[in-house]
Amino acid sequence: MTTTDSTAAVEAVFRIEFPRLVGGLTRRIGDVGLAEELAQDALVDALEQWPRDGTPRNPGAWLMTVAKRKAVDRFRRDRVLAAKYARIGVDPEATGTDEFDLHLDLDDDHIADDRLRLIFVSCHPVLSMPSRLALTLRLLGGLTTAEIARAYVQPEATIAQRIVRAKKTITDAGIPFEVPVGDERAARLGSVLEVVYLIFNEGYSATSGESWLRTDLCQEAVRLGRLLAALTEEEAEVHGLLALMEIQSSRLAARLGPNGEPVLLLDQDRRRWDPLLISRGLASLERAQALGDGTGIYTLQAAIAACHVRCRRAEDTDWAQIAALYETLAKAMPSPIVELNRAVAISMAFGPAAGLAHIDQLGETGTLDRYHLFHSVRGDLLGKLGRNAEAADEFELAATMTENDAERELCRQRAADARRALTTG
Amino acid sequence: MRFLGYTLGDETAPQPEMAPDLFEKMGKFMEEAYTAGVIVATGGIAPTAMGAKITLRDGEYTVVDGPFTEAKELIGGWALLECRDMAEAVEWSKRFIGVLGEGEVRVRPVFGAE
Repeated sequence: MTTTDSTAAVEAVFRIEFPRLVGGLTRRIGDVGLAEELAQDALVDALEQWPRDGTPRNPGAWLMTVAKRKAVDRFRRDRVLAAKYARIGVDPEATGTDEFDLHLDLDDDHIADDRLRLIFVSCHPVLSMPSRLALTLRLLGGLTTAEIARAYVQPEATIAQRIVRAKKTITDAGIPFEVPVGDERAARLGSVLEVVYLIFNEGYSATSGESWLRTDLCQEAVRLGRLLAALTEEEAEVHGLLALMEIQSSRLAARLGPNGEPVLLLDQDRRRWDPLLISRGLASLERAQALGDGTGIYTLQAAIAACHVRCRRAEDTDWAQIAALYETLAKAMPSPIVELNRAVAISMAFGPAAGLAHIDQLGETGTLDRYHLFHSVRGDLLGKLGRNAEAADEFELAATMTENDAERELCRQRAADARRALTTG
Repeated sequence: MRFLGYTLGDETAPQPEMAPDLFEKMGKFMEEAYTAGVIVATGGIAPTAMGAKITLRDGEYTVVDGPFTEAKELIGGWALLECRDMAEAVEWSKRFIGVLGEGEVRVRPVFGAE
């Protein structure tokens, strides 16, 4: 038996070719929705013909040729699309596809750019965030709607509808198929990076669904990050994001204990961290820092993650440097969560009193009142300072705020421990 | 999922002459595989004449310098791939050997972290 001609083999080729196929078609016909349909139609032909006749030597070119032929058929049928003939210089009455071929040639020099254009379109701010995520996984990852639905634990119909609507929105809004330049570029690139990092985090935080599916999402995001880094070599933050994702990925296996329970960073068995991903991540971080001034939000987060993976033992962690990086990050990305992490780093570097001072300052803003980690971190610091009654109160408060059973149990446990320390101490 | 792809061949057999454009074509292929995020590590490997074979039997080490006489050896290169499934790893391997023109590539899943 050969795997060469199986459905899985055809689908593998298709996933690899999909972004370039859709990109190349969109560049020529200017409609990403139509391009995606044509590519999909070409796959149907491939699934029918390749298992029977064998996979062509150059499957990408085969798929493009078939998709082009289908484009011609559609344009002939559909008079509403007449305007598009003009754009690509096709005479709908002409027989044969020679002339069309001339205009739809697969120009190698454009392939890379096409994928970059495609990701800027699929991450366009005109789309809702869930639409950007789904469309990016569909067009750039080549995932089917069923695969995306499984990864996000949602009905397939929901994802399918989301993608259909997203394509229509792009067409209706007349989003040009191009890489933005000038002032717009930074903002649009920010959206692209945000989309990729949200895909990664959906996999990394594993809030629901089967965990292996979620890890797949991390890998899709890393793959997108690598693609972006190769296509925009000079963008510091692209390399910063890739560095962050490669470094975080290196710890995936160590984040779960033997019974599937979460293991916190400082308790992880560092021998289980993936050295290959660490070295890739550190190399990307170096590149990001060489290209920029090191103050981009992804580069900073990667630099913080790097502080951890550089140490073979948790007790060697340079917390003062981490605290300083969080301070810079808080300026670039003001957020109570960043401040909370900063407080933890300060307490590790300069003692619980310093950390508590920062946390109480943060508490005055009131923004974290309902955030369980704020209370459990505060409880932890109070406990270390021997203020056990207050610590117990904080842990009990934290227990009422978390949705996670294991976390709630841990908070209750720590509250009980603090109360016990109070009576015995 | 990770896969190890490697070329196999008989290093004593005469090597076919290298096509003049092979270097450029291979460079293009490698660039594409890196861009797609598929190749995460790669390397070349020297002829067995430069290697050694170490065996341990009944508590005795034996070290034999190369070359080795096995008909087919891992020769030339290897690449560590990150692919979604075996079918993708096979497809990238086909593309690689397609650039070479002919030969044999093997690809096997790497047990790992996931």
